[in-house]
Amino acid sequence: MTAGFIFAQFLTGLSSASSLFLVASGLSLIFGVTRIVNFAHGSFYMLGAYLAYHLIEWLPTGILPFWGSVICAALIVGVVGVIVEVVILRRIYHAPELFQLVATFGIVLVMQDAIFALFGGEDKFGSRAPGLNGVVRIFDEPIPQYDLALIALGPVVLISVWLLLNKTRWGTLVRAATQDRDMVAALGVNQAWLFTSVFFLGSALAGLGGAVQVPRESINLLMDLSIIAEAFVVVVIGGMGSIVGAFLAAVLIGELNAFGILIMPQITIVLAFLVMAVVLIVRPWGLLGKPDAIQHAGDQIDMPLREASLPGKLVGLLVIAALVAVPYVLDDFGIVLATDIIIFALFAASLHFLMGNSGMVSFGHAAYFALGAYASALVFRHLGGSMELALLIGPIAAVVGALVFGWFCVRLSGVYLAMLTLAAAQIIWSITYSWGDVTGGDDGMLGIWPSEWARSKPVFYYLTLVLCGGGVLILRKITHAPFGYVLRGGRDSSVRTESIGIHLLRHRHFGFAVAGLFAGIAGSIYVFSKGSIFPDEAAIPRSIDGLVMVLLGGVHTLAGPLVGAGVFRLLEDWISRLDFWRAILGTIIIVLVVVAPQGIAGFFHTLAIRFGLAKGRESL
Amino acid sequence: MLELNSVNAGYGKARILNQLSLTVERGKVVALLGRNGAGKSTTMKTVIGLLPVTSGQVTFQGEDITRYPCHRTAQLGMGYVPEDRRVFPDLTVDENLEVGRQPPRDARPPWTPAQLFELFPNLLERRHNQGKQLSGGEQQMLTIARTLMGNPQLILLDEPSEGLAPRIVEQMADTIIKLKESGMTILLSEQNLHFARLVADQAYVIEKGSVRFSGSITELDSKPEVLATYLAV
Ligand SMILES: Nc1ncnc2c1ncn2[C@@H]1O[C@H](COP(=O)(O)OP(=O)(O)O)[C@@H](O)[C@H]1O
Ligand SMILES: [Mg+2]
Repeated sequence: MTAGFIFAQFLTGLSSASSLFLVASGLSLIFGVTRIVNFAHGSFYMLGAYLAYHLIEWLPTGILPFWGSVICAALIVGVVGVIVEVVILRRIYHAPELFQLVATFGIVLVMQDAIFALFGGEDKFGSRAPGLNGVVRIFDEPIPQYDLALIALGPVVLISVWLLLNKTRWGTLVRAATQDRDMVAALGVNQAWLFTSVFFLGSALAGLGGAVQVPRESINLLMDLSIIAEAFVVVVIGGMGSIVGAFLAAVLIGELNAFGILIMPQITIVLAFLVMAVVLIVRPWGLLGKPDAIQHAGDQIDMPLREASLPGKLVGLLVIAALVAVPYVLDDFGIVLATDIIIFALFAASLHFLMGNSGMVSFGHAAYFALGAYASALVFRHLGGSMELALLIGPIAAVVGALVFGWFCVRLSGVYLAMLTLAAAQIIWSITYSWGDVTGGDDGMLGIWPSEWARSKPVFYYLTLVLCGGGVLILRKITHAPFGYVLRGGRDSSVRTESIGIHLLRHRHFGFAVAGLFAGIAGSIYVFSKGSIFPDEAAIPRSIDGLVMVLLGGVHTLAGPLVGAGVFRLLEDWISRLDFWRAILGTIIIVLVVVAPQGIAGFFHTLAIRFGLAKGRESL
Repeated sequence: MLELNSVNAGYGKARILNQLSLTVERGKVVALLGRNGAGKSTTMKTVIGLLPVTSGQVTFQGEDITRYPCHRTAQLGMGYVPEDRRVFPDLTVDENLEVGRQPPRDARPPWTPAQLFELFPNLLERRHNQGKQLSGGEQQMLTIARTLMGNPQLILLDEPSEGLAPRIVEQMADTIIKLKESGMTILLSEQNLHFARLVADQAYVIEKGSVRFSGSITELDSKPEVLATYLAV
């Protein structure tokens, strides 16, 4: 490696940092003011790229049409952002983080299908930027002119946004709203417009970030989630709400990628997440972030949790009886679906245990599901094809993973904790995805079938019912045990990182491991029910599935995960046969969050309380 | 100028204000007295619109503002100075004032930072400091100055004397009297009866979110039983 080559690599890092910074700065700005962690931000980036690509193709070639298209694309994305804000997000500013997150993920799904419908599904390759299609020789290394232009663009945008924020009345209002929204309103400022304008700018920046990538990268429908994970990392490392921090972090990540790719191409994303974990441990609010002064308005106090009453227990027995009867009343197809539902009920219950009991919202619970699944598959493949051994080792691997990641995560709270859990899941995902020799990479691992005795559908169903249904029951027992009370106590007494005592920290860590264990059990069974495993099981959408199930069922209802998993799987099964099922699912999620935030089970439970059939929060 | 008619309000399901009625006339300084937890701050927040009114009516300058969002009430000419001195901690004094700036609502010339620095000389030399770097007294002055930048016709002042050194309290009383002389209408909440006596024309004494006494300050002084029961004097 010559010095010239290293410098060239350094410049490549800087140029990719620019686009990343554009996206991250928008995300950070929006979070700073609205406190919404916007998953859909990646979709705005993707939309920007598609729009710019088509505008450039459509207009005559030339410098002016090229940059005109880029700017138009950014502005259109800004307008789309405004529509999203006004129609959806404005209604959920006061909802708990989980609801906001899930709603923005609903937007991701809708946007994926909308972009697919508008622009088609094939990858697109943009032409070089007119006027910047040559290379410059620096230290004898060829550097694309366009990269140099991007390197300049980053600081230009940074300075413009900084000036806008620090030297205009609008910027002063925005910064004031970041610190104390209500006070800004009490001084006569219409926050709604302020928020909308911030959304416009933030979305337009994401669109710009996507648009300038057109000459550099292929445009495809996976851009949204791949950039959002990276943008989250940048924003968290930089400090949520800090534009300068986002710039520093983008450069850091850009360089890490540029040089990481030389050393170990597969692990650059892992490196990025490791850096994030280290930064968060040293500086819990990122490089330039500030402690979160505003307590979240959305967290409601819930009713005390009670043991099930007699009617509740009867209903519980009926449910168990119905579950036992499944193989006698349903055909094979129905049994497979029921198996699936029970597996996901345990997955959702373990996530619910984490969130509902200890107030730790995890954006990456799929990590432990996938850990259990992959460990089982590997044991099965390499240790003589024993399902029994695999079912034992899988959950152990998940617990170990949960103990390791949990050690970092439980020290944080709120959004930062959620981000770190997401990072952990992305690490697992990228290992399963990139370590092809061991995990099969994208092709997954196939042929993981149950032992002879458990191969018939009904027997496997009962095995699932015993392990996963039993898991749900054990989780409920733990919830009612003193340990569960300690966790809830910690959750309710406004969890601040500094104030978490060692005692509570240990409980949270243990709680995290318990949640990981049961997710791992679900994952282990899952491999054998499908006979295969793919990296998708660790990816963001799987984690969100879990959140949606919990949400569908109602965060504050113990029966929630069961109902949620059932409804979600049936829904998925039904709509995944339709065209545009993503858009349909996304719309359902959004409507649910906006209209019935207490979830389906919670909704019926409220009804039951009203009609005197239940008291307080029971564990049906 | 301001009228509350049988107002009920509170936080979520907790009802704090209970059939509260009161009137503030133009050009007057009215004191809202009551013990800690009596509902003074809740009244202020309800009037400005930070808390929703569950029943009853609030009118301001003849306009029914019961359902108005906070910023709309403020734009009508109502200023609010919260009790916990909510300056914007990362904004400088100048920037804090800028956030409060609103166009004038009547023929009177609008407040400028220069005039406000005359009224609060301490703030002048601190104008480039951030809100969090100010002392408690300076923060209190800044919140009042910031509200004045909105050229309000009525100011809700929530416990302006709370936690301030005696010297600063006197300065604060002087300022309020100056404002009153300039024609400002003020509703101020207090636990400090001495301070209220210095500045107020009229008083309401509240307890558990309901009015227990209303009248002039002199009338209040002639009712030791009211003072003893509701103010622990
Ligand atoms: N944010 C809040 N949520 C719930 N109850 C509150 C809140 N703030 C105040 N209260 C309750 O409202 C009552 C009145 O409080 P407040 O109006 O602040 O009294 P004061 O200003 O007269 O001291 C008290 O009982 C207090 O506990
Ligand atoms: Mg008070």
